Amino acid sequence: MADFLMLSLVPLVVAVIISLTCALLGNFLVLRRQSLIGDAISHVALPGIVASFLITGTLAASAMMVGAGVAALVTVAMIELIKHLGRVESSAAMGVAFTAIFALGVLMLEWNDASGVHLDVEHALYGNLESLIWFEGQHWLSLFDRQALADLPPQLARVTWVGLLVLAFVIVVWRPLVVGSFDPAFAASIQARPILTDLLLVVMVAITAIAAFEAVGSIIVIAMFICPAAAARLMTNHLGHQIAWSQAFALISAVLGYVLAGYGPGWIGVDASLSAAGMIASIAGLILLLACVFGPHRCRESSQAVSDA
Amino acid sequence: MKASRIDDPAISRSPLAIQGLTVSYGQKPVVYSVDFITPPGSLTAIVGPNGAGKSTMLKAALGIKRRLSGEVLVYGEPYEQQSCHVAYVPQRNSVDWDFPATVLDVVVMGLFRDLRWWQLTRRHHRDMALECLCRVGMEAFAKRQIGQLSGGQQQRVFLARALAQSADLTILDEPFAGVDAATEKAIVEVLKSLKRQGKTLLCVHHDLSTVRDYFDHVLLLNVRRIAAGPVDKAFTEKTLQEAYGGRLSSLQLEQIVMPSATTQKV
Repeated sequence: MADFLMLSLVPLVVAVIISLTCALLGNFLVLRRQSLIGDAISHVALPGIVASFLITGTLAASAMMVGAGVAALVTVAMIELIKHLGRVESSAAMGVAFTAIFALGVLMLEWNDASGVHLDVEHALYGNLESLIWFEGQHWLSLFDRQALADLPPQLARVTWVGLLVLAFVIVVWRPLVVGSFDPAFAASIQARPILTDLLLVVMVAITAIAAFEAVGSIIVIAMFICPAAAARLMTNHLGHQIAWSQAFALISAVLGYVLAGYGPGWIGVDASLSAAGMIASIAGLILLLACVFGPHRCRESSQAVSDA
Repeated sequence: MKASRIDDPAISRSPLAIQGLTVSYGQKPVVYSVDFITPPGSLTAIVGPNGAGKSTMLKAALGIKRRLSGEVLVYGEPYEQQSCHVAYVPQRNSVDWDFPATVLDVVVMGLFRDLRWWQLTRRHHRDMALECLCRVGMEAFAKRQIGQLSGGQQQRVFLARALAQSADLTILDEPFAGVDAATEKAIVEVLKSLKRQGKTLLCVHHDLSTVRDYFDHVLLLNVRRIAAGPVDKAFTEKTLQEAYGGRLSSLQLEQIVMPSATTQKV
């Protein structure tokens, strides 16, 4: 039991919070057909973080946040530039911009041997979920021991704050966000500020991606922005219910993925463990697959409208 | 000069006065220096060939598209301060009807100004939306998912959302595109009843043969303003030929311009 507290509690909670937060925002990305944005931003966080490390020489969270934020801005500008100069559609411009910048980040990492610190390509992809160890978590009572609590990995507090921020954002901006997602022209005509809410949504996605990136790597982020929300869309035709489903799917993916990665190989007699991030993302993908096959709202307007006509 | 124009009573009384509006995509102007003062209480059609900039002009007036130059005044004040007086019905195919919302949810969007951003909709909001649905004959569909509606039903839902805004001016972008005859008739009845209440309506319209039956004013547009005024005066063979660049046959023109026998005064 002490093992669980020390080794698993914090990674599990962090994974759950990140998954719930990403899935919450993911609902709006999926509805706006902007799924690729989450992908793009979580990728460009890498070169941003590497650049900030090269400049400041530290892995302080604040420096990383700034670096990743600047990289996100550069990417958005680059996407617009490619769109206008190359006259290509936005998803193509996005695909080109974020893969190129991500690749640049990988090269920067290799050139400047940053192996002395905990910053490498694997870390960037899978994160260090398993390394979020709570050394003072010896006993259940540690949960009430101020000294032991002070020893909690700082990532836990960071992702909690980001999670609360995103939750507050969605609640406060709910109405313009929904109206702007459904009908941007109408939203503009009633001064619901669709461009501002768009921008805020992207900023929230960026903050979440960066916080998550640092704690759990980019694989979870990419999967969690899209899979639970896309699966949830297939379960219901009601926005509120869709969000509830997406949260349930995110929770299941995080818990099941973490447990299977840590203990699954042991159950089949293999003395090893798998990457928790990879397993969580895989479970999320599996849920999406199941929703695609069995979800009650797979067939859309075309077939249903005919029966009404 | 600006002040003197606002002092013009025609402009200060108009629910939408457009002055020198120019919009361009790249180098090419799609709307060029258009002036139009919407007469209050009118039912006005905006008519012109495809690509004449009809929708673009409205979107630029409503701040949805960026305008290169020009002024848009609602009762003599800039649109941005007066947008509460204006309801907008976009083209039906401009939105994703797969969106997880019910018919009632969409109509409640018309009450945006009455609600705080985070506020839950209350019973009287829903009742108000339901009333608007009744006016377009869609109350039975309130709980339906919007993707399950036919094109005509979707258009009526959009109209109900505009009714919920209870605006003085309603701007509609091709409300009759792809709807059945029954829906077209129902929509026209709603528009005419709004006009009887003293509201103003501005409507992009494609079917030249019904302009005379449905509308009292017309704006002929082809990038520039070709003609504007009461239908009898502005909607003539000459102005139509100019707007459509001589692409209409004389037989077509005769049918369009001559008041048809079935026309009824409302």
